[in-house]
Amino acid sequence: MQSETKSRVDQLTSPAGHPVSVLRFEGDIASTSKDAVLGTYQGLAKDKYKLILLDFTKVDYINSSGIALVIQMLIEAANSGQKVYAYGLSQHFTKVFTMVGITKYAGLFASQDAAMAAL
Amino acid sequence: MRRKSAIVEVRLPSRLGYEKVAMSTASAMAKLMGFREDRVEDLKTAVAEACINAIEHGNRLNEGLSVGVVLSAGDDALEVKVIDDGKGLKTLPAKPDIEKKMHGEEDPRGMGMFLIQALVDEAEWVAGANGKSSYVRLVIRLDSPTD
Repeated sequence: MQSETKSRVDQLTSPAGHPVSVLRFEGDIASTSKDAVLGTYQGLAKDKYKLILLDFTKVDYINSSGIALVIQMLIEAANSGQKVYAYGLSQHFTKVFTMVGITKYAGLFASQDAAMAAL
Repeated sequence: MRRKSAIVEVRLPSRLGYEKVAMSTASAMAKLMGFREDRVEDLKTAVAEACINAIEHGNRLNEGLSVGVVLSAGDDALEVKVIDDGKGLKTLPAKPDIEKKMHGEEDPRGMGMFLIQALVDEAEWVAGANGKSSYVRLVIRLDSPTD
């Protein structure tokens, strides 16, 4: 019933010359998304990739279990000296991420271009 | 003009993912009533979280039990009751604290009830008198006081 979460990683370089790992998600982010969310993140070498950008452009549904996975990723990233950013959230999920405090630990941007320009 | 009241009932299997059926139904009713798109999105998330709680905690993922969702459209508000076969809550959990979660002092989960309370105008959890048929009652108004 829940649409499978697909994920892939693109390695980009910001205009400032910093390597950025872009984790692109597609589908639902829910309790069944652990491998797609945490597994994909954990597949990145923590000492090599310090800037992580989450792409939610193709995500329609995020529930509290999905939010918990994002928080687990933020905890791991903070403990590894990585910084996490995100873009592509709908207006509603931007509000939800702000309500639960995720935006204190993951800067939100309107688009990939806006994010890359700031990194 | 006075709006005719309408009641819609949905029964969901206690299987994660089926909360989306209740979301779609609530969304359709709210749109028929004239709710703004942002309020429809608030309602969808609140209904989804209420159903997930009913499936996971109320019915403990027992697929032999179903979750009842009763949507009642009134003149100026939509009421949604989500009913399960659990004992209900004795006390509401504390508001989640992102700082504590980030420092490992609180489980990263546990955002559902907070979201429900934050996104609708009224939310109450009622324990069933016989230790069953507990429900959460949500109300979202056409003209929210927060608007």
